[in-house]
Amino acid sequence: MTHEHRARRFEVDALARVEGEGGLIVEIHEGALTDVRLRIFEPPRFFEGFLRGRKYTEPADITARICGICPVAYQMSACQAIEAACGVEVDPDIRTLRHLLYCGEWIESHALHIHLLHAPDFLGYHSGIAMAADHRAEVERGLRLKKIGNRIVEVVGGRAVHPINVKVGGFYSAPSLATMRDLAEELRWALQASIDVARWVATFPMPLHELPHDIALVALRHPTEYPMLGERLVSDGGLNIEAHEWRDHFAEEHVQHSTALHGRMLAGGDYMVGPLARFALNADHLAPQAAALAAELGLTPAERNPFRSILVRAIETVHACEVALVIADGYVLPARSFVPVEPRAAVGCGWSEAPRGLLWHRYELDADGLVVTAQIVPPTSQNQPSIEHDLMHLVEHSLHLDDAALEHLCEQAVRNYDPCISCATHFLDMRVIRT
Amino acid sequence: MSAPTVAVWKFASCDGCQLTIIDCEDELLAIAAALDLRLFLEAGPSELLDHYDISLVEGSITTAHDAERIRDVRERSGLLVTIGACATAGGVQALRNSADVAGYTAAVYARPDWIETLATSTPIADHVQVDLELRGCPISKEVLLSTITALVAGRRPAPTGHSVCVECKAAGNTCVLVAHGTACLGPVTHAGCAALCPSFQRGCFGCFGPSESADVDALHTAWRAAGIADADLLRALRTFNVAAPEFAGGAQRVQLRAKEHA
Repeated sequence: MTHEHRARRFEVDALARVEGEGGLIVEIHEGALTDVRLRIFEPPRFFEGFLRGRKYTEPADITARICGICPVAYQMSACQAIEAACGVEVDPDIRTLRHLLYCGEWIESHALHIHLLHAPDFLGYHSGIAMAADHRAEVERGLRLKKIGNRIVEVVGGRAVHPINVKVGGFYSAPSLATMRDLAEELRWALQASIDVARWVATFPMPLHELPHDIALVALRHPTEYPMLGERLVSDGGLNIEAHEWRDHFAEEHVQHSTALHGRMLAGGDYMVGPLARFALNADHLAPQAAALAAELGLTPAERNPFRSILVRAIETVHACEVALVIADGYVLPARSFVPVEPRAAVGCGWSEAPRGLLWHRYELDADGLVVTAQIVPPTSQNQPSIEHDLMHLVEHSLHLDDAALEHLCEQAVRNYDPCISCATHFLDMRVIRT
Repeated sequence: MSAPTVAVWKFASCDGCQLTIIDCEDELLAIAAALDLRLFLEAGPSELLDHYDISLVEGSITTAHDAERIRDVRERSGLLVTIGACATAGGVQALRNSADVAGYTAAVYARPDWIETLATSTPIADHVQVDLELRGCPISKEVLLSTITALVAGRRPAPTGHSVCVECKAAGNTCVLVAHGTACLGPVTHAGCAALCPSFQRGCFGCFGPSESADVDALHTAWRAAGIADADLLRALRTFNVAAPEFAGGAQRVQLRAKEHA
């Protein structure tokens, strides 16, 4: 049966298996797709407003509360921005501990997304818990992997959600050698488990789809590392900038159907951040086992199928386990756990790769170290226009599907981005409208 | 006895407290067997029922629509349990309550007229009857599990009201305020974190909100004796539990004494 001549409008009122609240509206008029809108109605919380007047030591704790899933990303971007403002560079061993902490968040967040939020789409279940009835060993392995990610965050950060041990300049205290030795043992299991997870994910049936070619891929780049704490921002279109230049190339736009601002490139066009972009621009810096596995599973930097981003997340999880294990095995107590940071009147920008993509912070401080203005640009708000753009393209090629199948495909496609609406409002309910 | 039907609701929040449920990795599948999870959008279940035996509510009320929605949630719920500082005290977003929200909206959004928001962020108990409150920013996994266990067994969870100081003593920590002059809210903060920050050589910053009979005035004296500026105490009280009455009132008195002092 064809749906070409029926009015169609579908709407998912509250998208499940995403972080935060949002919905999706698809409008089809006389068989032609007219609009796709990602509705974000999560109430705004005004962090940038109430950061004004706070002390330079506070954004790391306060901005963590923007997102319970990726608080480490907020803490790392905030600390680096404020350290840049104050002209401080942390010791190499402190940076290494930050790198380890970030590995923990990637493992925890990616394992959560792969097993509980996204795999059910590929295997035909409505939740990870329902999937566990038939795939119990895989779900249990995924949960144990997630737990080890959280364990890293607890060892280095003190607590899995909203870590307490992070401060501007470093850490309140450094983990003990014994704790780190125990962690290394758990990571040996995690590395093998993450490799098994990637091989399992590679067996999932993958919808064929290609990201529209006018969507630019944007990610951090580091001279030697796969970027968590990157140095420069690059794109497949030749962009190559430092953190303080972000505003010269990007802007945020307010649209009526979203309480999250939309990211735009000033040069025009939509852009995408996150695992697919990161892998395309940094595959040469993956740790050895992750790189070999990507090659074995047929993943190349030319990959543009957003449905395969779940496989990229699995490869990135292997990478994070490898890096974490090297750091834990080579750990010696740092000479000091933090470097002193004295405030000054200045502007500082900082960024890092949250599990969902680039997270940029900018703070203007006064001479007393109080925040004059703050700007926070999370990954999901940057991805909103490209998610809508990508879905337009996907729906246009899938109009032959009935509403239920189309709706399912769209929801799955939205989850390719692992959208975090809690972050973006500083999402999901879906509607298809056919007229 | 059949498993109680459970819903997890979200209002203005960071998702961290409901994530704490998913973070019970070792217990998650057992929890899913002991509870009949019908509505938990982040994890998948999305069945809207007329009645749930237990509702876990995360987040604070910041829009007129949410003020309506929480009444609907109350009507559908047997036991209503708030989880975390947002639901229990309004959360960090309650910092707007004493500020100019129109100014905030204009600072963040180009078209403030598209943004529907109330001037305040308020706890769930300001709107409907709450049966049980779990403190914390975020809640503690251990407190959550013991609460779920008690509810499944049909008994009231054991009440606690003591301060972080008691947990510090139990952990054998040296007092960071007395020994090092570190700014610590432990004496006025509700237990639940197992004295996490002092165990990391950091002062408590109040994630679990006020303890029973929190004496902010005495704490003020102790902070002054340690040479800590009044402005630092004001900011500390006005963070994740800014709208909790004991912290809000205590902060006002600190402000008055600071003026007298000056």
